[in-house]
Amino acid sequence: MSLLSAIFLLPLLAALVVLCIPRNYKFVIRLVTLGATLASMLLALALFAKYNAAPVENGFKFVEKHAWVSVSALKLDIGWHLGVDGINLGLIVMGAIVAFAAACVSREIKRLEKEYYILLLVMTGGILGAFASLNLFFFYFFHELALVPTFIMIGVWGHGENRNYATFKITIYLSLGALIALAGLIALYIQSGANTFDIVELTKAVKARPLPLAAQSLIFPLLLFGFGILVSLWPFHTWAPLGYGSAPTATAMLHAGVLKKFGLYGLLRVGIPLMPDGAAAWLEILAFLCLGNIVYCGLVAMRQKDLNLLIGNSSVAHMGFIFLGIASLSLVGVTGAVVVMVAHGFLAALTFGLSGALREKTGTLEMEKLGGLLRQIPFLGAALVMAMLAGCGLPGFANFVGEAMVLFGSWRAFPLVTTLATWGALIIGAVYMLRAVRNILHGPEKSEWAALKDASAWAKVPFVLLLAALLLLGVWPRLLTDKIQPSVAAILTMANAKTADKAPRPSDVKKAVGEAKQRAVQPR
Amino acid sequence: MNASLIVLELAVVILGLVVLVQDWFTPAKDRRTLGFGAVLGVAVVLFYSFFAFDGTETLYAFGNAYVLDGLALWFKRFFLLAALLVLLMATEFSDRFDAGQSEFFALILFALAGMMFAASANDFMLLFVSLELITVTFYVLVSFLRRRVESLEAGVKYLILGALSSGFLVYGIALIFGASGTMNFNDLADKLTNNSALGHKPLLTAGILLVLVGLGFKMAAVPFQIWAPDVYQGSPTPTTAFLSVGSKAAGVVLLMRLLGTAIPDLAFNLEKLLMAMAAATILYGSLCAIPQRNLKRLLGYSSIASAGYLLLGFAVMNKAGSSAVLYYLAGYLFTVLAAFTVIAVVVQQAGAEDISSLAGLAQRSPLLATSLTLAMVSLAGIPPLAGFFGKFLLLKAVIAEGVRWHAYYWLFAVAVVGVLISLYYYFGVVKAIYWSKGATDLSPIPVSLPTKFALLVCIVGMFWLGLNPDGALELAVEAVKALKLTA
Repeated sequence: MSLLSAIFLLPLLAALVVLCIPRNYKFVIRLVTLGATLASMLLALALFAKYNAAPVENGFKFVEKHAWVSVSALKLDIGWHLGVDGINLGLIVMGAIVAFAAACVSREIKRLEKEYYILLLVMTGGILGAFASLNLFFFYFFHELALVPTFIMIGVWGHGENRNYATFKITIYLSLGALIALAGLIALYIQSGANTFDIVELTKAVKARPLPLAAQSLIFPLLLFGFGILVSLWPFHTWAPLGYGSAPTATAMLHAGVLKKFGLYGLLRVGIPLMPDGAAAWLEILAFLCLGNIVYCGLVAMRQKDLNLLIGNSSVAHMGFIFLGIASLSLVGVTGAVVVMVAHGFLAALTFGLSGALREKTGTLEMEKLGGLLRQIPFLGAALVMAMLAGCGLPGFANFVGEAMVLFGSWRAFPLVTTLATWGALIIGAVYMLRAVRNILHGPEKSEWAALKDASAWAKVPFVLLLAALLLLGVWPRLLTDKIQPSVAAILTMANAKTADKAPRPSDVKKAVGEAKQRAVQPR
Repeated sequence: MNASLIVLELAVVILGLVVLVQDWFTPAKDRRTLGFGAVLGVAVVLFYSFFAFDGTETLYAFGNAYVLDGLALWFKRFFLLAALLVLLMATEFSDRFDAGQSEFFALILFALAGMMFAASANDFMLLFVSLELITVTFYVLVSFLRRRVESLEAGVKYLILGALSSGFLVYGIALIFGASGTMNFNDLADKLTNNSALGHKPLLTAGILLVLVGLGFKMAAVPFQIWAPDVYQGSPTPTTAFLSVGSKAAGVVLLMRLLGTAIPDLAFNLEKLLMAMAAATILYGSLCAIPQRNLKRLLGYSSIASAGYLLLGFAVMNKAGSSAVLYYLAGYLFTVLAAFTVIAVVVQQAGAEDISSLAGLAQRSPLLATSLTLAMVSLAGIPPLAGFFGKFLLLKAVIAEGVRWHAYYWLFAVAVVGVLISLYYYFGVVKAIYWSKGATDLSPIPVSLPTKFALLVCIVGMFWLGLNPDGALELAVEAVKALKLTA
């Protein structure tokens, strides 16, 4: 087992171990889960430390390849192929840290613990596996593996009256998104003519012979909207606040923080570089949809009375920046988008973790019922203030770095959208975040919360960890950007070169269109 | 004549007769052991099939009416495995058969023999006879709980509709014979190749369509699906299980032979029809399953939807589609048998077949809860279980055809809608297991050793086909080489 595969196979193996432990040994089950996620986090950090930005062939390091299914009669070749570059490196490290934090806060679960921890471990393994996979089949496979535990966890251990509705809504939305994306991926497999799901091979094949325009303009929207639904792209976002509001804390942390980035990562890794012409037609539309996320969902967040719904909506709003950065197709913008992906992972995990802790202590998240809590719970309160400030983009936190880069990068491509997005980010974000801080933490003390106790030393661990990551990347962003930049540059060369090449040789494009049409109408 | 080829079928028939005869010498309280005897016998036959034949060459017997090739052998092993697991379930269930336990075991074995003959049918005559052998034994198996009105009602419904579809089938065969002058699949294919005018004869087309009615009935494909929910609900659970796996697969193999061997030149004319049937079957099965509260009825509708997914593989009419069909069926076997085994045990305990009787199952028996959950997850097509890879192969085959004709993208869209709807009702079952309130009875459910074994086999099968599809897929590809299909 290599370093990279160990990171996500450890949690999966731990799930099998937990399966064999009798359900009464709750402490052992928890210990195994914590141990596995901690080990996987340390391995991920080791991976991060070992990674250097020196260029290599194909751009991927820590590559691991095995044959899995190879049936020549069906032209089916699916291989196990793992590897990291600057883009998924940050996501894997972030995912592993969030997974450990999620395991830490899972103490709130008081029934069916065994099943819960198995699902948590499977979810963790699935998420990290999806980011490590360089084969589209396993990329999808691991994502589904992580998605199903999400649904079950929300259904079984979720909160609130809307739990059942939320479970079904999130199940149907996300499955629909995943299936649309699957259609796009299979179509890509077939249209590329390379008969492979291997991202590296596909990239090579597309470099040698670009996809026909007709195929691109069919597949790109499938991927854009399939992945878009998974990332809560406006107007397909309504599952997110509801789902996160009902989810158990750890599930919300892992899904909002890590699993949701799957769609963005897929768009960046597959959609943009392999289908530049298909993307060209849609990116402008995407930029305007981002406004829906940033402004509309920001406004919706302002009206929320429940802290979890507020965080859920603000998390949807933050997705807008990532989409905007990707749509800009500029080095600064896309690099910024990747930074926001990592930063938002930590931030979402932190805010959902804190709101979970708050709910555990007070039994409610309705902001009107809370108030003046900072005196009773100085640690949790201070962490919440920091998280909220990070959420509205205060310098010093990683989110600021990423969002600033996105806005710089997208200015040239979409000045109007960027202007509006900046307003949305600064004003709307500040209004709802600061109002939440005022309602929950400041104000007169309420008698019912007089006996509230702050988090114990152990319970502080996950929050300290997440805050440290946010601050570290906020003051030292080069730690991440130096690694991201070369990989993003490689993707952008593919995305931009194609559109540039096209101008002097319009005949080629016409030919490609003709060929594609011919292929499409050809009778058997 | 090469009669040694039917040694597997003969062994099964003799096993059935032995069970019947042994019944006279076995006291009533020990008759259960006959079930284990039958299981053992089927296991031996299954084991022997791997030594007796390797399926690499095509062998004929009885004037080319009987064929033994890779496809036949694949299906024979499939049916044997299904019967083995069903017999285990029936043995567990047997104290409820007041009409005689050994007869039930023997009838399952006779139906099994019919299915194995169907796998080798290369002639319309053998096709009809083997189908009748299956159908007639199922008339009895369905109405076996003769003191239960539901069981009798199911039996009558199955009898009437089954007889009707048999009528269509015979009529179709007669028309085909009238138009072409042959009953043999190979001869018919040759005549169609040599004489292109034959393919345009309305009589022949009508005959083929009528045969399709008969096979559609077996597979429970729309619009011949009306019987399925009632019969699934009313039958004894082991019968339902065998009906949903064995009987459906018999329809599948015969349809494969018909399209791939008998009328390969005409099969493309049926493309649109099969596509429409697939889409309608998926939608009907998925939509009608939503309001169901009876577990067996729910699985009846889910089995209709599965017939629709199988038809996807027929609609694309190539090797990729057909091998996907075989792979899907293999996964379906383990999945559905796991589900029905759990249902048989739970229903026996609760006395009701309502979904609510699953309440608290997670506490009452973790093994049963896990098995049923895995079965539902696999049916819903979620990794890493068998159902996912099967659906993946089918959908991939459909999208690949979309390049040729865009209507396949719409077919794919319909299949996706079906998958989405199915998530709702499959998760409804999972929900009932883990988080339904009002579980009054939390006493543990005893699970006998044979049932544990059957469930373990199913679970291993589901994971094996989901995680390590290479070998099984290779087998499926080898099996469909027998058919005249494009790559």
